[in-house]
Amino acid sequence: MDMNEQNGRPRILMCPPAFFGIEYEINPWMDRRRSNDHERAIEQWTTLKTLLESLGATICCLDPVPGLPDMVFTANAALIFRNQAILARFCHRQRQGEEQHFRDWFERHGFELLELPRDCFFEGAGDALFGGGTLFAGYRIRSIVSGHRRIAERLGCRVLSLELVDPHFYHLDTCFCPLNERAAVFYPPAFDSYARRALSATIEDLIPVSDAEARRFACNAVVLSKTVITNEGCPALHRELRSRGFRTCETPLSEFLKAGGSAKCLTLRLDGEDAAAWRSDRIASAPSCDESQQSSTGADSNVISTRVC
Amino acid sequence: MSEATKHAAELLPGLVEDIEVQGHIIDSLILPKILDCICAHGATFHIQELSIGRQRDDPSRALVQVRASTPEQLQHVLAEVAHHGAVPVVACDCRFETADADGVFPEGFYSTTNQRTEIRMNGRWIPVSGQGMDCGITIDASRGAARCVVMDEVKSGDPIAVGHGGVRVFPEERPRETHPFGFMGSKVSTEKPKGAAIRQIARELAYHRATGGRTAVVAGPAVVHTGSGEFLCELIRRGYVDLLLAGNALATHDIEQSMFGTSLGVYLARGAPAEHGHEHHLRAINRIRRAGGIRRAVEDGVLTSGIMAECIRRSVDFLLAGSIRDDGPLPDVVTDVMQAKRLMREKLRDVTLCLMMATTLHAVAVANLLPAWVKVVCVDINPSTAIKLADRGSFQTISLVTDVAPFLRALVEELSSTNDLSRPAEEMTDASVRADSRQPGTHRWT
Repeated sequence: MDMNEQNGRPRILMCPPAFFGIEYEINPWMDRRRSNDHERAIEQWTTLKTLLESLGATICCLDPVPGLPDMVFTANAALIFRNQAILARFCHRQRQGEEQHFRDWFERHGFELLELPRDCFFEGAGDALFGGGTLFAGYRIRSIVSGHRRIAERLGCRVLSLELVDPHFYHLDTCFCPLNERAAVFYPPAFDSYARRALSATIEDLIPVSDAEARRFACNAVVLSKTVITNEGCPALHRELRSRGFRTCETPLSEFLKAGGSAKCLTLRLDGEDAAAWRSDRIASAPSCDESQQSSTGADSNVISTRVC
Repeated sequence: MSEATKHAAELLPGLVEDIEVQGHIIDSLILPKILDCICAHGATFHIQELSIGRQRDDPSRALVQVRASTPEQLQHVLAEVAHHGAVPVVACDCRFETADADGVFPEGFYSTTNQRTEIRMNGRWIPVSGQGMDCGITIDASRGAARCVVMDEVKSGDPIAVGHGGVRVFPEERPRETHPFGFMGSKVSTEKPKGAAIRQIARELAYHRATGGRTAVVAGPAVVHTGSGEFLCELIRRGYVDLLLAGNALATHDIEQSMFGTSLGVYLARGAPAEHGHEHHLRAINRIRRAGGIRRAVEDGVLTSGIMAECIRRSVDFLLAGSIRDDGPLPDVVTDVMQAKRLMREKLRDVTLCLMMATTLHAVAVANLLPAWVKVVCVDINPSTAIKLADRGSFQTISLVTDVAPFLRALVEELSSTNDLSRPAEEMTDASVRADSRQPGTHRWT
């Protein structure tokens, strides 16, 4: 593990699920008739947090806000590039209330804020993931492609726009996960044929996941150096990853799958994903996470049924 | 609508929109996706500009022209490609100012080219009719129609387009295929083979006749002087000519030849001057004047043969425009030059092919009135005339440097021997085309 190299541990933004629930339906996974188990959600979230901490990550917690149940999915808060946060512009009005809270948090923590125009929908790291020097960006369902050009101009990097075609995989991070600068996990049917070809031409080692494991959110993984964390029920992907030298962890996240999210959606890497090439030259003065900002959820740090393989 | 006219209509800009897409559109395959999308919806595209980033992180940019068959199709395509980041190029409506006096454009008026032009009104592009160079553009707002208007016809109060905003021009495109006649791609020269070009011109004439096109002939008196009048008569008899544009001289010497067997006093049969032959053309003019005009002379049997007689018998429209050098002139000659110009513009409106022979001034006058998409054949023994007409900023001109007599003889022979003339000839091309088709030709020939 190299968590502590380059002046720090991985820093991850999370938001306790105090107000998490299925209160509306903005993706095919959501069904208000199938509400989540609040206690279990807290347990699962806490287990994930504890697991990440055990792997060396520092967790920064954002205060949850009543009436914003999806705020728990912090991956959508922004796209992080060095000390810059490109803030989300949510497509659905149900989530637009989150924007101000995310904005305040990033501002308080010293990030340079970049805001897209009001109608330029962009759902943060949910739809934009670095792989090497390239930013892979999903569009057509939650984010619009015109935002990609603005981001490319601002960051000065190559942005590959990938069309998403399956509403079940409405964010790029539900069907694609860069592992490092040359490898990524993906679910091919979630992309149109042009996007599949662009990915094949760009990424040396593309690992496809099955339909069944894609629906277990296998691609919605958290990558901490050589460790990959997913929801339970993705054994085939884990085998593939282990054969490539990765460590794999699974942790139960069934309550969050009901809202269309899993491990990756619940986290936002504040110091940049491991697969991002810019991390190698990131500045030592990158914003840090003030421990005093961590909030208490009332949940403890019990670890339940977490396995490290 | 005739096939030739329909063909011309298909080439009209019609439902066109320029879209722009930027970003890493090559690596992400966004550009091919957009182009495929356009085609999949039955529209067509033309990449007008494409700049590709030099480094991997550099963005690329494409400016793509989308052409559709119906407004619905165009809107559908635009809506679809918008999802992939292609947006219509921001354009403003055309600006108009009111003419403050008869025959005077407002300052800053838009001066037209001979290329297809559209103006933008209320967010929609509409074609400009009556296209010609060096005109202004006016509109009939109630009909949503725009047309070219010449300076002397503008009336006080007419709305006239000013500035270049909201005006777009569609330069004629260079044919994509390699032209079968390589010699057409270089400067006009006297040292080029003519046979293949004449065969090509014969096919063009036949095509336009067969498909309901309209062919104009512009001819100088040398057609008669060289003894090739009979070949032009043959073209008229066979229905290849719909409009004859000439001056007093062509008609006068044609009638002289019919009445006296001479042209400029020289016997065409023997090439020898006739005694007092220099008076023949005046006597011919005098007889036509006495008859009350060419038509009356033909009907009364005063004029029995020649180009003008064939025009009367075959109901081929003609216009004789006068000049201060004219003898007589013949009563049919329009001596008011502005009136003659108006009539020429009117008669040329539906012309699809124009054959200009052995005339500089008339050819220049007519060419100035023709839109760029009308095919033009220029035949002259003087290279400077051929070059002048070839350099009209269009790929639709053939120029041949040759004596008109062998040309017409060979043309008539080709028309007699060519079997399949129902198909259009391969694209004609300018003899001295410029490489950059985006620069509209606006040369004025004087």
